[in-house]
Amino acid sequence: MDLVTALLTSTVTMAVPLLLAALGELIAERAGIINVGLEGMMLTGAFVAMVAAYFSGSPEFGVWAGGVAGMALAAIFGFAVVAQNANQVVAGVALNLLASGITGVAYRAVFGVTGAALTIKTVNPIPIPLLCQMPIVGAAVFNQTFLGYLAFALVPATAFLISGTVPGLQLRMVGENPYAATAQGVSVKRLRMLAVLACGMLAGLGGSYLAVVYARTFVEGMSAGRGFIALAIVIFGRWSPRGVLGAALLFGFATALQFHFQALALTIPYQFFLMLPYAVTLVALAISAGETRAPAALAQPYLQE
Amino acid sequence: MSARFAQAWPSIAALLAAVLISGSVVALSGGSPVLAFSALLRGAFGSVDGFSETLVRTCPLLLCGLAIAISFQTGVWNIGAEGQLLMGALTTAWAGSRLALPGGVGIPVILIGAAASGALWAAIAATLKVRRNVNEVISTIMLNFIALGLIGFLVQGPLMEAGGRYPQTDAILPALRLPRFAPPLRVHGGLALAVLAVAVVQVLLYRTVAGYEMRAAGLNPAAARLAGIDVARRVFWALVASGAFAGIAGGIEVSAVTYRLYEQFSPGYGFTAIAVGLLGRLRPGGVALAALLFGALEAGSNAMQREAGVSSVLVSIIQATVILFLVAAEHGRWLPKRPAASEEG
Repeated sequence: MDLVTALLTSTVTMAVPLLLAALGELIAERAGIINVGLEGMMLTGAFVAMVAAYFSGSPEFGVWAGGVAGMALAAIFGFAVVAQNANQVVAGVALNLLASGITGVAYRAVFGVTGAALTIKTVNPIPIPLLCQMPIVGAAVFNQTFLGYLAFALVPATAFLISGTVPGLQLRMVGENPYAATAQGVSVKRLRMLAVLACGMLAGLGGSYLAVVYARTFVEGMSAGRGFIALAIVIFGRWSPRGVLGAALLFGFATALQFHFQALALTIPYQFFLMLPYAVTLVALAISAGETRAPAALAQPYLQE
Repeated sequence: MSARFAQAWPSIAALLAAVLISGSVVALSGGSPVLAFSALLRGAFGSVDGFSETLVRTCPLLLCGLAIAISFQTGVWNIGAEGQLLMGALTTAWAGSRLALPGGVGIPVILIGAAASGALWAAIAATLKVRRNVNEVISTIMLNFIALGLIGFLVQGPLMEAGGRYPQTDAILPALRLPRFAPPLRVHGGLALAVLAVAVVQVLLYRTVAGYEMRAAGLNPAAARLAGIDVARRVFWALVASGAFAGIAGGIEVSAVTYRLYEQFSPGYGFTAIAVGLLGRLRPGGVALAALLFGALEAGSNAMQREAGVSSVLVSIIQATVILFLVAAEHGRWLPKRPAASEEG
């Protein structure tokens, strides 16, 4: 495999979990909920996916189990921030702590003190006939696992959901002005809860991808900040699915560069690639904060009279 | 007394819930909760050495907890105490191995340097917030990762120890090390500074005009603005002051405990501090008690892992439960409800 193909393949590989989690975050944020606990949901998804795949022998089952696990964690988060109006940021931070605690304790309990590096079967890629033989992009784009295709298919699907359907419009109304939404007869709490659950599901699937497709094992703390990068991707992508896709590919590329920087004969220390997504987001925010339109009611509790 | 109790009961209830839930997790994973908690307590309080370690862990948690109290009370959600602590530690480690000064001058210099670095790191987020309306939650999270990457690069590159055996900085000069009370115990003079800081923050928040305006800005920014308070200015300086306290926590940790900087320098003190701040209800005295408790948890968790075979990250579950319980059970009645600057609309 030549360098360009290799670089492109790892860009797409690194972008898929980011894209899944970021699309989830996009849905939640459009409903007015900022979910800083994305990292914890990915980590939990990765752990449960690995355990489920290991004991069932079915990597596909593992993937979906990871999604459900992310959703379970989202239910706790949703109870706190939607039902109880808890501060979303603080609850999100707590969720990350909870996830690292639960996965750490459970990993030790299930796999013993040594935590022998177990490998699991992975999901097979499904090459798309003809397209996968295209030069350069063929192998990188048209030879994905079902989860990879799902992630990319969710981009237009999410775009259609939030701008072309009634529930999507209601979702945005809830994120912009929940009180006006209530006046229109929209149930703010129900929609916000659904958005949070969807976000948990997608973040969990992103974690599943890390464990089952990418690493084929679980390591403590393996989400390694990807949940926070996904958070940045949503802002960088300006709360639009297409923007999120672009940002996910860009940040996937920055991550992929790390693996190939020796082959690329780059003299820049790899830590700069680690920092890149965060620095880029910070700069982008500094430049465009005036124009970017975050959902108006983002991070604000909906207080009924 | 009863009013005091009424204030403290949610924290006590949160702790009980945390013990219950983390105990169930231990039981579910096939361990014995009784064995785990008794090992934890014995590890933290059961010996002079253990108690000394508890106090060593309390110090950074207390200072970062105060950092959280200052910013959260002003309605600024500083999630960046971890990064600010790291930048403080970086300055102390860098200057401490180079400044050939007598301790009486040198120690204040390297600790003030640490506070200034933490403050500067926070000032990036503060400037972005008041000038460009950038959400401080996002910017401080990003700055955490940038600080982490920067330190990873420095300790493996330009600041790597002479001889270059391990990815860590040179040890700081012996004259610049904060004294330990009773060697070989590690409990150190930084603890006295942390206790002093409790008094300083208490006076700042409750006995000065600035503190009054900060709290007013946190409780209701719109009303504060109508009352003639320059909310943006208070928000800016609250975040900077918060960064200074977190920075000095990092400086003390280098000057008194580790003597060096390396990548896994902080076990997440800056994040645990959020639990410390909330459990202490963002009041300096309460933060001190909460820091002692969480210091004990951190110090005792290793003994728990050794003796009861329960992973030390169980402590994270306790911390998470405390936070979730407190923020969910109280409907945000005592926490500032919304970020101060988003009122502009």
